[in-house]
Amino acid sequence: MAETIQILPGREALAHRHHFATPEQQRETVMAGMWIFLATEIMMFGGLFMAYAVYRLGHPRAFELGSADMNVVLGSINTALLITSSFTMALAAHAAQEGRLRGLAWLLIATIVIGAVFLGIKFSEYYAHFREHRAPGVWYESKPNEPDPGGVEMFFVLYYIMTGLHAIHMLIGIGIMAVLWLMTLAGRFSRVYHSPVVVSTLYWGFVDIVWMFLFALFYLPGLHQGR
Amino acid sequence: MIAAPEVRTEPNYLNAKEGVLSWLLTTDHKRIGLLYIASITAFFFIGGFFALMMRLELLTPPSDLVSPETYNKLFTMHGIIMVWFFLIPSIPATLGNFILPMMIGAKDLAFPKLNLASWYIFNLGAAVTLYAIIRGGVDTGWTFYTPLSTTYSTGYVVGAALGIFIAGFSSILTGLNFIATVHTMRCPGLTWFRLPLFIWSMYATSLVLVIATPILAITLTMVGVERIFQVGIFDPALGGDPLLFQHMFWFYSHPAVYVMVLPAMAVESELVAAFSRKPIFGYNAVAFSSLGIAIVGFLVWGHHMFVAGQSVYSALVFSILSYLVAVPSAIKVFNWTATLYKGSVSWDTPMLYAIGFIGLFTIGGMTGLFLAALGLDVHVTDTYFVVAHFHYIMVGGAVMAYLGGIHYWWPKISGRLYPEFLAKLSALTVFLGFNLTFFPQFILGYLGMPRRYAAYPPEFQMLHVLSTAGASILGAGYVLPLIYLTWSWRYGPKAPPNPWRATGLEWQTPSPPPVENFEETPVVNYEAYDYEAMKEKLALG
Repeated sequence: MAETIQILPGREALAHRHHFATPEQQRETVMAGMWIFLATEIMMFGGLFMAYAVYRLGHPRAFELGSADMNVVLGSINTALLITSSFTMALAAHAAQEGRLRGLAWLLIATIVIGAVFLGIKFSEYYAHFREHRAPGVWYESKPNEPDPGGVEMFFVLYYIMTGLHAIHMLIGIGIMAVLWLMTLAGRFSRVYHSPVVVSTLYWGFVDIVWMFLFALFYLPGLHQGR
Repeated sequence: MIAAPEVRTEPNYLNAKEGVLSWLLTTDHKRIGLLYIASITAFFFIGGFFALMMRLELLTPPSDLVSPETYNKLFTMHGIIMVWFFLIPSIPATLGNFILPMMIGAKDLAFPKLNLASWYIFNLGAAVTLYAIIRGGVDTGWTFYTPLSTTYSTGYVVGAALGIFIAGFSSILTGLNFIATVHTMRCPGLTWFRLPLFIWSMYATSLVLVIATPILAITLTMVGVERIFQVGIFDPALGGDPLLFQHMFWFYSHPAVYVMVLPAMAVESELVAAFSRKPIFGYNAVAFSSLGIAIVGFLVWGHHMFVAGQSVYSALVFSILSYLVAVPSAIKVFNWTATLYKGSVSWDTPMLYAIGFIGLFTIGGMTGLFLAALGLDVHVTDTYFVVAHFHYIMVGGAVMAYLGGIHYWWPKISGRLYPEFLAKLSALTVFLGFNLTFFPQFILGYLGMPRRYAAYPPEFQMLHVLSTAGASILGAGYVLPLIYLTWSWRYGPKAPPNPWRATGLEWQTPSPPPVENFEETPVVNYEAYDYEAMKEKLALG
């Protein structure tokens, strides 16, 4: 123990839980836990990307046709929003590490709001597809004279599963940040104890990165297709 | 028997808090290990009951005891329960939970609340699956092959798959917890290469759990989506690709086999060292072979699909890789055997199980090589040869090691000793019963008896009768420990801290251990299994 961190009396219990020897050990452990969790997430989305690759190779033209039905403008706005929210979340982690609780609270609010706007736009897109009978299952209708209608439907099946799973991750992330916000208001975080904010930032960054791939795979292939 | 009465009066994890709530809300890894033991023991006997019904049906050639439809459900439920609700959590969630933190000198796992959550998630998943069983069962086989599972099956596929999906997250949380714990919670002086081999193997298991399980989750999700919304993902009639399902399923399920056997190897290393009173021969080789199995295990899934229409070149590659995965397993078997050489071997119950494991695992592993050979595999695909092979690994390997481990650590867990004679009897019964059950199945399979059939030609009856007789003996062998271990929990003689005079840190604390495992954090300045360095400590213990 070369150096010890000064902790205010009474705050010690908050700094690290009893089974850890030091706050540093707790921080390291929590970070390790989140990285391992993100590895499982990569595998989970990986299975879907794998399915996407297989079916796009099988139906290249149909995937372009399906993609032409995407609203690229809304998709691009969402992409920009999500990158911005990652930025505000990274600033939140920075504020937490420096113990600036007021800034932390506002940055969390900003991230939550941007995330909610993203989801709002996303659901408006879902609704538009639904209106056009582009929702898989019994509601689905192929367009007249559409080549390879099965392939186009597969595109939409994957679109709903993959962006849907992503949206669920967003919802969970917003829930987590709401809890962090309440914890911030309760004064739980300090320069010594802030790992929940930092690991949540990792999670949010991951959700953001997944969206980059989803955007490229679902919105862009049909970009040069005339409607 | 005169036992020291003051052993139990010291505060320990069992008597520190009283009441049902103190168990249901505990975050103590030792108590959670016991909760898991209770859950998986129940599932072991439920799964065993289905197996017994199957063996009774197979006593006679026609399907007379149960209808073929019921038989389909029996083997499906047997597979689902034994794989996901017994074998996968068996050693990691019970012995791993209890022993792993103690072995590395930690007070608990890295995330105690997640650990408790994993037990609840496990039971929730199990409850959903049991509900599907009670409502009418599933008949697809534990593999949920499409399009049978998504389109044609009339069973409760979505319910069963949802239960497994949920239970998968308990595996992920356990694996995540173990990896983080081993990385960050080792006590002072305990470097990676001083870790007991149990930890190395458990670490490799955890890697497989966290990497493979999410693939199962997403695959079952797609099966559920296809079945509920009738969209084509895997069903060729709807434009899907059934082979994609098989690839994704086995990408999880083959590594899952190593989730079942790597922990068995973890226990095995501890038992062989403790009862030979020698360090494991070739520590580094055994440690790295665990990681080798975990890595190569991810590259062999295609050997489940040799007859499914994959290209001959990928079949060749998968065949060669499957041979390759036998190398690290063989390294372990040779090194355990070499450890016995010139050791002072004692034949206590855990060692009987350990030696049984080596024999049965070797047979299971060697027949695995037969199945990795392309030509031979075509002949025995979907026959009892395959059934016998994987039961030699899963039951002869994993369950033997689990029981060996339970006996070995029982004095630490319960603070009591079990009746040695009955325990030896159970080890012997299990070994004989197991071989009688499954060895005839190799012959049956080689002669062409397909798996998953309720009826068979009369010329196979002799071998089936032998197998059923063996299954009854095996069943008795499993009930026996349940009875005497339960008895010893209350009435067994008190156990000393280190009854086997073993070297692990878990033996250097009272039995049962105090709530925080050690009175003071241990410091390690010796290698694993170093009987020379520990001479004085062990003489005192």
